[in-house]
Amino acid sequence: MSEPLVQVRDLTVHFPVGGRRDHRVVRAVDGVSFTVARGETLGLVGESGCGKSTTGLALLRLVEPTSGQVHFDGTDVRALRRRELRAWRRRAAMIFQDPYASLDPRSTVGDAVGEALDIHGLHQGRVARRARIGDLLERVGLHPDVAERFPHEFSGGQRQRVGVARALACEPDFIVADEPIAALDVSIQAQVMNLLAELQADLGLTFLFIAHDLAAVQHVSDRIAVMYLGRIVELADRDRLYRDPQHPYTRALLSAIPVPDPTRERARERILLSGDVPSPTDVPSGCRFRTRCPVVVEACGRLDPALQERGDGHEAACLRYGEVGTEVARSSHVDAS
Amino acid sequence: MVDATPVLEVRDLDVRFGTKRGLAHVVRGVDYDLHAGETLAIVGESGSGKSVSTLALTKLIPIPPGRVNGTARLQGTDLIACSETELLRFRGRHIGFVFQDPMTSLNPVHPIGRQLTEGMRHHLGIDESEARERAVDLLDQVGIPSPASRLDDYPHQFSGGMRQRVVIAIGLSCDPEVLVADEATTALDVTTQAQIVELIAELQERRGMAVIWITHDLGVVAGIADRVLVMYGGQVVESAPADELFAHPRHPYTVGLMRSLPVLGARRDVELAAIPGLPPAPTDLPPGCAFHPRCTYRLDPRCEREPPPLLEVAPGHYVRSFYEVPADEARAASAAARIEVAPPDRRDDPEVGP
Repeated sequence: MSEPLVQVRDLTVHFPVGGRRDHRVVRAVDGVSFTVARGETLGLVGESGCGKSTTGLALLRLVEPTSGQVHFDGTDVRALRRRELRAWRRRAAMIFQDPYASLDPRSTVGDAVGEALDIHGLHQGRVARRARIGDLLERVGLHPDVAERFPHEFSGGQRQRVGVARALACEPDFIVADEPIAALDVSIQAQVMNLLAELQADLGLTFLFIAHDLAAVQHVSDRIAVMYLGRIVELADRDRLYRDPQHPYTRALLSAIPVPDPTRERARERILLSGDVPSPTDVPSGCRFRTRCPVVVEACGRLDPALQERGDGHEAACLRYGEVGTEVARSSHVDAS
Repeated sequence: MVDATPVLEVRDLDVRFGTKRGLAHVVRGVDYDLHAGETLAIVGESGSGKSVSTLALTKLIPIPPGRVNGTARLQGTDLIACSETELLRFRGRHIGFVFQDPMTSLNPVHPIGRQLTEGMRHHLGIDESEARERAVDLLDQVGIPSPASRLDDYPHQFSGGMRQRVVIAIGLSCDPEVLVADEATTALDVTTQAQIVELIAELQERRGMAVIWITHDLGVVAGIADRVLVMYGGQVVESAPADELFAHPRHPYTVGLMRSLPVLGARRDVELAAIPGLPPAPTDLPPGCAFHPRCTYRLDPRCEREPPPLLEVAPGHYVRSFYEVPADEARAASAAARIEVAPPDRRDDPEVGP
């Protein structure tokens, strides 16, 4: 297998909480490692505040990582200087959640898409620029004539198409899509997901798809990483993660997602987690899921489990990895009901 | 079996707003009955009229520019005909509300105890100390730990899930016959959503109250609803018992909605069948069937000209369409048919006996 396009090792992003005397930090991302192969979609799921968006931003250095390594196609991204970084950003683009907030209301859709072309000097003259913008808009299913219009004239789904066209402007290899469908209506979400899948097939794009909706993530991803409180707790192939989840948090998350089928919904046993996610300024000792874990043991308070792999590409960060899928999980169902 | 007399009987509910862009016809003739202990889910996308149709019951919309017509009988009284003062006796007392965002439905400058007792003192005529006692009991029922010590805390001192529990406690405080949960779990994370859904179901069972659950999430609906209304363009386009609706949806819009949903555990090679186009603006509704510009069937010449009537096509199953999606096609769209592997918590594992 060829080298992965993106390699992330031990990435951390810590934000200071407040005053100069206050040494507390928000450990938004706290030691995250993964790779993304060329042409692959890696899904990153987790609940609000788990650090999934910050991970995506830190990869592109839209926030500066505190420590760790990010390698992109052999380039050490963290070592890039200002101008090098700008040149590199041609290859890695971002799609944001809120198409209302991410487009400037005073600039036309054509200029929003064209800005990236201008910055990177990717066109020769106005005619070529306009033609290229038209192509990009057409690529995402909009009429080239809409380039003259302003964002408020578009629906949420159309604006997100503009966001996608803008991301494609520099012909990137890699796109970080941060909750690209969360703000859209159900019938429109599918339009955008299909568009991304089509672009990936045609252009060979590599995606990091960040979302809280595991069903959507599973639909678009090859592999899925589950985050909890700044860490990846499980990473596996999309089907394996669903069929054989190993981390108790993944199991709880899967069991909480409602499926539009009354028969299944009635039959299923939910693993209800007690309490709330701890604050990222005050992360529990040992395993950070232990305060809510239905299968916690004494050792969990002392040992901080790292992601381990069992030779099948399925990684989980749990002291009880291997046990959890079987009898331990059963007992957790009994406890929870 | 449910009680024969409905708690709430809504007929021909119609809501319009005068706007700068002309008349917005937001709700166009909605009918339903709600029985004690029953859960009615109203499903639809933004602008479908699902929220307004419920807010309008107790005129929780600005009037003017809004105008409400029709009838909504709650225990024999027509709420639509009530004056503002008369409605004060109903809001919170007989119909409780839980809204989407607990951050905006709670007042940030008052402790939650005060917000909890306000309704009880007003409606039930009890004094402060008794109301506080009840408030503690309510917080306990909705699962807030050490409730007595939390009464004087402010909303910002609670997490999102806990705040929504407080809002539910307020909604339940006067023991209403009907609880309206308007996207009550949409702002919450899934694991918290599971807790809240479970909580409301449990409280409903204990109190025999009727619940109107407004949501865009068909997954949540499948878990809780007895009956489902699907709304589009201000109208009910399909209405059926939940099992029937999920097993055999008949309206092209309902089928389209199900097909466009990613389903956990579904086969990957199947592309999502997105519904083309956009929902209509309530100021600019298309002639004929409101869904016809986006409909992939549109097989009847009347679709573009005539508004289809809501007809009963099977016992208790109503559809507003000239065209019914055939059973085999509808079944292929269902989650049950698209899921390839058994969900992890229902795996049969013959080796490990109980």
